[in-house]
Amino acid sequence: MAEKQRYGLLIDYEYCTGCFTCQVACQQEYGWPAGMGGMRVNEIVQNLPKGKAYLTYFPFPTELCILCRPRTKKGLQPACVQHCMAECMRFGPVEELAKEMAQKPRMVLWAPK
Amino acid sequence: MTQSNTTIVPTTTWSAGAGCHGGCGILAHIRDNKLVKVEGNPDHPWNRGRLCARVLAMTQYTHHPDRLRHPLKRVGARGEGKWERISWEEAFDLIEERMKAIRDAYGPESMLFNSGTGRDIYPWICMLAYAYGSPNVMFGLTGSACYGPRLAAVNTVQGDFAVFDAAQWFPDRYDDPRWRRPECMVIWGYNIHATCPDNLFGHWIIDMMKKGTKIITVDPRLSWFASRSKHHLALRPGTDAALAMGFLNVIIREKLYDRNFAQTWTNATHLIRTDTGKLLTEAELVSGGDSANYVVWDEATGRPLVWDCAAVDYRGEAPEAPMFSGSCEVELPQGEKVACQTVWDTFCAEVEQYPPDRVEEITGVSAELVAEAARYYAKAKPAAIHWGVAVDMTPALTPLVQAISCLWALTGNLDVPGGNVIARLAFDVAPYALPGSKGAIRLKSEELDKPRIGVDRYMPLNKFYWRCSTDLSLDQIFTEDPYPIKGMWIQTAGILQGLGMDPKKWRSALEKLDFVVAVDLFHTPTTQYADVVLPATTFLEKDSFRSWWVPLQTINKAMRVDECLPDMEINFELSRRFDPDFRFETLHELYDDILKPAGMTFAELQQKGWAYPPEGSSSCPYRRHEKGLLRPDKRPGFRTPSGRFELYATLREQWGLEPVPHHEEPPFTPVSRPDLAKDYPLILSTGRRSPAFFHSEHRNIPWLRAIDPDPVVEIHPETAAEHGIGNGEWMWVENWMGRARFKAKLTPVVPKWMIMAAHGWWHPEKDAAEPSLYGMWKSNVNQLLPMGHQGKDGMGAPIKHSMCKIYKAGPEEV
Ligand code: SF4
Ligand code: SF4
Ligand code: SF4
Repeated sequence: MAEKQRYGLLIDYEYCTGCFTCQVACQQEYGWPAGMGGMRVNEIVQNLPKGKAYLTYFPFPTELCILCRPRTKKGLQPACVQHCMAECMRFGPVEELAKEMAQKPRMVLWAPK
Repeated sequence: MTQSNTTIVPTTTWSAGAGCHGGCGILAHIRDNKLVKVEGNPDHPWNRGRLCARVLAMTQYTHHPDRLRHPLKRVGARGEGKWERISWEEAFDLIEERMKAIRDAYGPESMLFNSGTGRDIYPWICMLAYAYGSPNVMFGLTGSACYGPRLAAVNTVQGDFAVFDAAQWFPDRYDDPRWRRPECMVIWGYNIHATCPDNLFGHWIIDMMKKGTKIITVDPRLSWFASRSKHHLALRPGTDAALAMGFLNVIIREKLYDRNFAQTWTNATHLIRTDTGKLLTEAELVSGGDSANYVVWDEATGRPLVWDCAAVDYRGEAPEAPMFSGSCEVELPQGEKVACQTVWDTFCAEVEQYPPDRVEEITGVSAELVAEAARYYAKAKPAAIHWGVAVDMTPALTPLVQAISCLWALTGNLDVPGGNVIARLAFDVAPYALPGSKGAIRLKSEELDKPRIGVDRYMPLNKFYWRCSTDLSLDQIFTEDPYPIKGMWIQTAGILQGLGMDPKKWRSALEKLDFVVAVDLFHTPTTQYADVVLPATTFLEKDSFRSWWVPLQTINKAMRVDECLPDMEINFELSRRFDPDFRFETLHELYDDILKPAGMTFAELQQKGWAYPPEGSSSCPYRRHEKGLLRPDKRPGFRTPSGRFELYATLREQWGLEPVPHHEEPPFTPVSRPDLAKDYPLILSTGRRSPAFFHSEHRNIPWLRAIDPDPVVEIHPETAAEHGIGNGEWMWVENWMGRARFKAKLTPVVPKWMIMAAHGWWHPEKDAAEPSLYGMWKSNVNQLLPMGHQGKDGMGAPIKHSMCKIYKAGPEEV
């Protein structure tokens, strides 16, 4: 049963400020060298009509994200989720996160593992 | 992962390591005296378990192979990068001998004590300077243009500083029933979520946005906040005061201000003589009257009545109908009649100069947008305006700060829940002199303060800002007038790579000095010019405490790295050597002494971890002016000369400076210098924050450097195309002072007419010795910015706005 349950990360990117905490939290937790890690934060600047633009940051879990199994086993939040400065990341079963996702725009649900 | 042999030490972030102005509760995981991990403390009300990238990278910082681990003595020439290891005893002896020789020959004021941004250093650098006998504690930025000037300016008009309200005063934070969510927050020149400047946690604003707070952003750049704002006012750098005056204009014209507050709590009703343009004083009204008291006109009886500033009340009877707006004729003792008008009318006359269409001309923000944003802010209740260092980085910062404070006050948002709340040091624990407090650590006599550089010229230095003038100090190193400067103690400061504008001039200054000590954690361009370099520690390696606003908290020593010593321990030892009367045997004794107002010892506070001032304490909000909690005499009112919020600043009048807010065009803009604009058509701005770095720090931390690997210039794609510059290509930024090389980042977040150059750049991986000096002479944007253009009151300087031209770097220059 535990095998079947998929977990994921729900990210409210409206509030992601691009603080890079998640990226470094993961590197610290697993000792990844610079340039590697379970999370990469990207900056996206989208041009809008009338000379306007919108600045977004977008955390992307990489091949190296193990969804913090060693932490969650112990009842801890994933390192990135706990430290996220904007408190815009949630960890949980994908079904539950999908329900939450339906409540609000500008959300992304990752299920890296 | 917690293992049985790992100890978890709860502590507070402040200074080296985090770099920021601190306040986060963290848990340091220590194994065998080594930091293995840092986590945010979920129980700490400040950050609730969150943490920034810089603190999460602390394992790479504390155990960095390049950390200075022993005292060093220079063996080659300055800038040659040759050092010899010495013991602490040798270092202390050498410093004692050299500095005492300077003191004996030239007097203690001949040593400058230079510190960087206000972290866990000012009490201890003051302690050292004062024990030595020098009043010349110097913040190295031109015009001291960071925070101190804002503090001084706000204190001038309202007697206390104020900040946005994220319920940081209460342990239960947003759940505390006393708190209200701001309806609107104006974020003025502030990218606070990157690096949390000014003793606040930037993401509190994001917490409040999630709860519904709407944002107005004042910033030439499209910041993260600007993207999520109801209104984004992308003004031309250096025109902030015109915009603030425009807000006041709309708010007063449309009667959106709090008339009751203006009448009761400001000096709006005080009379100004129309002949002299100055406040009418009691001394003019009656013989034997006090020139520090002012006069109010009672419309009911047609009589002048005296406002007694010391009593913070009317002398005798109070007016039935104090004149708020209008004019009157007052008879003086000799029978002379003088026409007077109220402060309110004088204030409004200035504000009337800034209708939205004129504000559009000055700032570039459309008149409609100015008016709409001003209305939105004024109608939202409660609302806050919070500002960043952009406000300080202009020479006429004081009038700008006055204008913004007047907005807080006149919209009725001062010290109300969710407004701009008065920020006091927790339990009034004041380690060193700050506006409103002389502090526990002082010079031994007022006599010793007399030679402080700039006190005779810049009056805020006598009242609010107990440092010397940076710009005049630099000049004095060369002129030796009125006395020579012979040595410099540099601690938590990077005068060459960070703080110093015109760094070549600073280099010449350092070369001229007889003796220079630098205290740091790593070698930097600045340490290369020192004679002795002392290894300091991160916040994890020291005991200290923090009373910047609320709560009061301790910083707890969790580990030790080789021979590194905390700044305060270094300074404590030397203070004892310099001052035979130094009162304290141990640092903890000194801490206990400073903490007395809180009614607890350092050990007791350490037990608690943090402490919140209770209701009724002057460091606990709200509406303290009504409750008599702001003034030492406990009378209701503000801690200003008149006891009122001063729309017309009495101190500025005394100092011969404009008493009401207004805009002044800065010295190097296309408007003030069209001649220069021909050759240097782009506006050069600097100083935008990176979440990876604190100013010039952290370039050597691999996880952080990977986030922001190169010195970049943000440039609009169209502007770049005009200059044939592609994304990621190297380019030069140049003006009449010099040039620096950057990597182009093409992005529409900057307007076409401006570039934003990253500051604080040097390359720890490059050669330390001159002429490279860690590659700094190629990357340091401060080479394009001047010293010596500080504001009329010595405060503020043109840092955020200059002019430049750009061109692509040749292949040989990359
Ligand atoms: S969930 Fe864990 S492994 Fe995945 S990115 Fe976050 S910190 Fe890294
Ligand atoms: S920690 Fe949170 S706010 Fe920061 S970059 Fe990651 S997702 Fe965004
Ligand atoms: S920068 Fe902000 S999050 Fe980081 S330690 Fe300082 S206050 Fe905390």
